[in-house]
Amino acid sequence: MQVENKEFKPKIVAFCCNWCSYAGADLAGSSRLSYPAEVKIIRIPCSCRLNPMFILKAFQRGADGVILCGCHPGDCHYTTGNYFARRRMTTLFSMLNYLGIEKERTRVEWVSAAEGAKFSVVMNDFVKTITELGENKRLEDLRCKR
Amino acid sequence: MKKIGVFVCWCGSNIAATVDVKAVVEAVKKEPNVVLAEDYQYMCSEVGQNKMISAIKDYNLDGVVICSCSPRMHETTFRRAAEKAGLNPFMVEVANIREQCSWIHKEMEEATEKAIILARTAIAKVLLNAPLQSGESKVTKRALVIGGGIAGIQSALDIAEAGFEVDLVEKKPSIGGKMSQLDKTFPTLDCSACILTPKMVDVATNKNINIFAYSEIEEVSGFVGNFKVKIRKKARYIDETKCTGCGACVEKCPSKKTPNEFNEGLNNRTAIYIPFAQAIPYKPTIDASACIKMKTGKCGICEKFCGVGAIDYNQKDSFVEREYGAIVVATGYNIINLDRFNELGYSDCKDVITSLEFERLTNAAGPTKGHLICPSDGREPQKIVFVQCVGSRGTRSCDKQYCSKICCMYTAKHAMLLREKHPETEVYVFYIDVRTPGKNYDEFYRRAVEQYGVHYIKGQVGKVIEKDGHLEVQASDLLSNEQLHLDADLVVLAAAIEPDPTARKIATMLTASMDTNDFFTEAHAKLKPVESPTAGIFLSGMCQGPKDIPETVSQAGAAAVKVIGLLSKDTLKCNACVASPNENMCNGCSLCATVCPYGAITYVEKDFRIPGGVVKRRVSQVNEAICQGCGACTVACMSGAMDLKGFTNKEIMAEVESVCK
Repeated sequence: MQVENKEFKPKIVAFCCNWCSYAGADLAGSSRLSYPAEVKIIRIPCSCRLNPMFILKAFQRGADGVILCGCHPGDCHYTTGNYFARRRMTTLFSMLNYLGIEKERTRVEWVSAAEGAKFSVVMNDFVKTITELGENKRLEDLRCKR
Repeated sequence: MKKIGVFVCWCGSNIAATVDVKAVVEAVKKEPNVVLAEDYQYMCSEVGQNKMISAIKDYNLDGVVICSCSPRMHETTFRRAAEKAGLNPFMVEVANIREQCSWIHKEMEEATEKAIILARTAIAKVLLNAPLQSGESKVTKRALVIGGGIAGIQSALDIAEAGFEVDLVEKKPSIGGKMSQLDKTFPTLDCSACILTPKMVDVATNKNINIFAYSEIEEVSGFVGNFKVKIRKKARYIDETKCTGCGACVEKCPSKKTPNEFNEGLNNRTAIYIPFAQAIPYKPTIDASACIKMKTGKCGICEKFCGVGAIDYNQKDSFVEREYGAIVVATGYNIINLDRFNELGYSDCKDVITSLEFERLTNAAGPTKGHLICPSDGREPQKIVFVQCVGSRGTRSCDKQYCSKICCMYTAKHAMLLREKHPETEVYVFYIDVRTPGKNYDEFYRRAVEQYGVHYIKGQVGKVIEKDGHLEVQASDLLSNEQLHLDADLVVLAAAIEPDPTARKIATMLTASMDTNDFFTEAHAKLKPVESPTAGIFLSGMCQGPKDIPETVSQAGAAAVKVIGLLSKDTLKCNACVASPNENMCNGCSLCATVCPYGAITYVEKDFRIPGGVVKRRVSQVNEAICQGCGACTVACMSGAMDLKGFTNKEIMAEVESVCK
């Protein structure tokens, strides 16, 4: 049997709200501030659109880390959405931690549309953390793998 | 089976240099349901769009995926093109392979791999997309302008000129803003009041403009075309309808020891006051914290002398609720607090003043009638030192990182005017760089140096100390590499500017975004400089970033044009991505209504057929004209009945699956 010696490339799902963080990610792009290609962004209208199911689904399908980015508290485009998101994620993340998913694998960050540099810093740091943690197998559903 | 077409854009070399476009095309061809995959240099060009349009018709496509720049850039372009071809615009998805792929990665292999995943994810979503129709909402044909400085005045005048009603809200007792405090304006040396006051009078006499002076914004709700705003009219303790502005009350008021804000605290004013001679509205205001009658109950002199009985000590703040189609933010600026710049002696030495105080000291309507004196003892200054970049372009925590933009020019103006009026005075200017881009600006600065003999010294002032009634300025001359000790009578600090402190609160109410310096963010730095990312909110003047009067006036006019464009429409297309409940699953628990920030969710009793009869059940209902599509309700719903059109649970789940594959 051959031991696979490939460098570990984590799978990272980043949910970004349309108004602040997705625009912040675009600004990181137009400012050519790089971050690892492991990060894949999914656009949602507001951080409060993030159903905990989506995060569970991501871990079930083998994601190694999930990050939610939204507008800064008080700056939500829909006034209060990020407050809901913050509460929901606090509860969900502690439950996930109980289930054995290290709390470093889940994160909430506030990135405004003007903070391209912050987006890049956050993503670099998150990928580094997840790479150090290694592969996540805790909730992975092997039946989903073909 | 649904038929999907995929178009991969090169964006010249922007994408093609890092992403192997051909490889992406080949990879997506293998995805199920993809009947067509092509690449093209510029998909957003007319040729590119036509390529897409003819493909939709030829292949009878059910959905289209464009792999290109950010959907924030061209999603509407492609959706409009799809509509031309008879495809519902919401059947188009954009995979962001420029801003979020090619521009941030350098290795072709990893960028191509990521681009394929992003394309696959967009295909997975578009397969589940459903055609959507947007509703329509009416436009209230009235605009609100927040801030009555030159920016707000210009925007209000331009909008009113086009025939729309405008409400101008100003927190101070008079409109006019900072420009009314200035003496002369660069580079033509026009008298500031002479060019501003006619505009203020125009505002007052324009039938379409309502001035709400001494008022503040209390609450904002609604959305583009239909904002509802609550305005607090602060109590002036004057019945404005009765007051004739004769000024007898101001003359007789015995409380005369309140620092005069309009003169930057250089002299005092009475408790009942009119801020300046050209104030609009020309009605006095009682400062409750200084008024003897309000504090002790004894006095009432102004009431006695008022011939029309306009004084009302019991007046309370009143509230007005109005509806608007568009809002212009023109909240302006302030100069920074210099308490943290101890080394420059602003708090300790009376003869160290800010440039705005200098404006008041040289203004013929100012506290000294334009006679320049040292505030400490009233002598005429012989040697004056100007210090540039105080708090601007710095790296300390008390500094602003940005350039305040106007200081180089107004300092040149001050120096020039001084030398002209008092040729015997020596004038020194310490600068880091002199920045004078703009029409006739550099010529103006050179005139100050060459014609008026102002001494410009490159270097920063380290310390200002008081020594036997004189000031000693310690500085370095960077060009001769010398330490300088200069005696001075007056030191003028060009303090950095910052957004007005009330702007943050207003931004939160408007849900308009701000940058880290609390300047309002524009929707696009180059192409949408006067629009806020929040629809229906427009930016005018210093609230968006440092700028001088000509720039402010041009931006104010530009914001007005955008407002006029919006108000001239009768209806606006609503957001099509709204929440929609599945009535069969809804149990009427009301959780969705409690989290809805817009009050878009109501409940109705409905008949449902069940085996053997009909039952009445309470189910939720979404008002599509009010729903903004945030999706808070979809997560709150415990029975999973609520979903968001355009971002459905299934669609996002499919995206997650595709990303993790």
